[in-house]
Amino acid sequence: MNYGIVSQEQIEKIDSILTDKLIKLGVDCVIVIDMAGNIITAKDNSESKYDVYSFAALAAGNFATVDAMAKLVGEEQFSLLFHKGQESSIHFSKIDEELLLISMFGQEISLGFLRLNVVDAIEQIKRLWNKS
Amino acid sequence: MSFINLKEKVVQVKIVYYGPGRCGKTTNLEYINRTFRNQIVSEMVSLKTHGDRTLFFDFLPFNMGKIKGYDIKIQLYTVPGQVKYNATRKLVLRGVDGIVFVADAMAKQREKNIRSLNQLHENLLSYKESIFKIPLVMQYNKIDLKEHGIPILPTEVLQKDLNSRLQVPYFEASAVTGYNVATTLKKIIASTIIAIQKKLF
Repeated sequence: MNYGIVSQEQIEKIDSILTDKLIKLGVDCVIVIDMAGNIITAKDNSESKYDVYSFAALAAGNFATVDAMAKLVGEEQFSLLFHKGQESSIHFSKIDEELLLISMFGQEISLGFLRLNVVDAIEQIKRLWNKS
Repeated sequence: MSFINLKEKVVQVKIVYYGPGRCGKTTNLEYINRTFRNQIVSEMVSLKTHGDRTLFFDFLPFNMGKIKGYDIKIQLYTVPGQVKYNATRKLVLRGVDGIVFVADAMAKQREKNIRSLNQLHENLLSYKESIFKIPLVMQYNKIDLKEHGIPILPTEVLQKDLNSRLQVPYFEASAVTGYNVATTLKKIIASTIIAIQKKLF
């Protein structure tokens, strides 16, 4: 596995998984980042415009903090995180030790449905990643 | 670890400003944020306490233009300097490509600089990085205080304390007035990009 460089082909495949599984479902924005806060790829529904670079830096920090808290209570990890807001919510899920999938979505999507699709998307991305 | 996107031709580079508490890491970023507004697309993110001390980190994305057709996006971070925040300092160092060590030139801070640098060394080891190999620039900050009659360590002393074994580029600076802030930034960007190129090609 090579985390430093991702080929055009890999990114395109990841993008199409994210579009199929999450954007089509109605998710506003999906970002795949690494734990250092770099963006691997970002997809949105072309209506929502987020400052994804700042978001990635904060999300990586947030996830790392929660990970450290997990260790303090004797957990290996908290593999998912969910922040609920009035209008929009954020769902974080670990793809593997290095990668994180973040979905931003509105009220019209149920959390359960989103989670099912996130699990599916992660499975597909993992398969793709392990092949390279 | 820098991240390179071959599809969109973007290289993301992570540079961390490290140093003891109140040495001027955030002030460096604030000066850069004010001075290079046209190269900065978004707002600076600062996670701080009510007393204006950095709690987690500051983050400033900085566009450097293109090298060989690749868009270089520099991500500047600071760490919280206070002793008790080492766990968060370590988190910010994850995946770092280049480091500016900001030392406080005030005479009374001499020991704190050395302690902070030693801890940087240990923290990097926990990520299997070496302080002797990673691109690093020293900045001896607050030299403007000399004019106000505050005792300042001579550069030779700082060099002996901090840079005698590392032998990295160093600058006297004043983050408040902006003196050598851009020079420091340019130097660390150059060293980091060269190191990334060496790794890749």
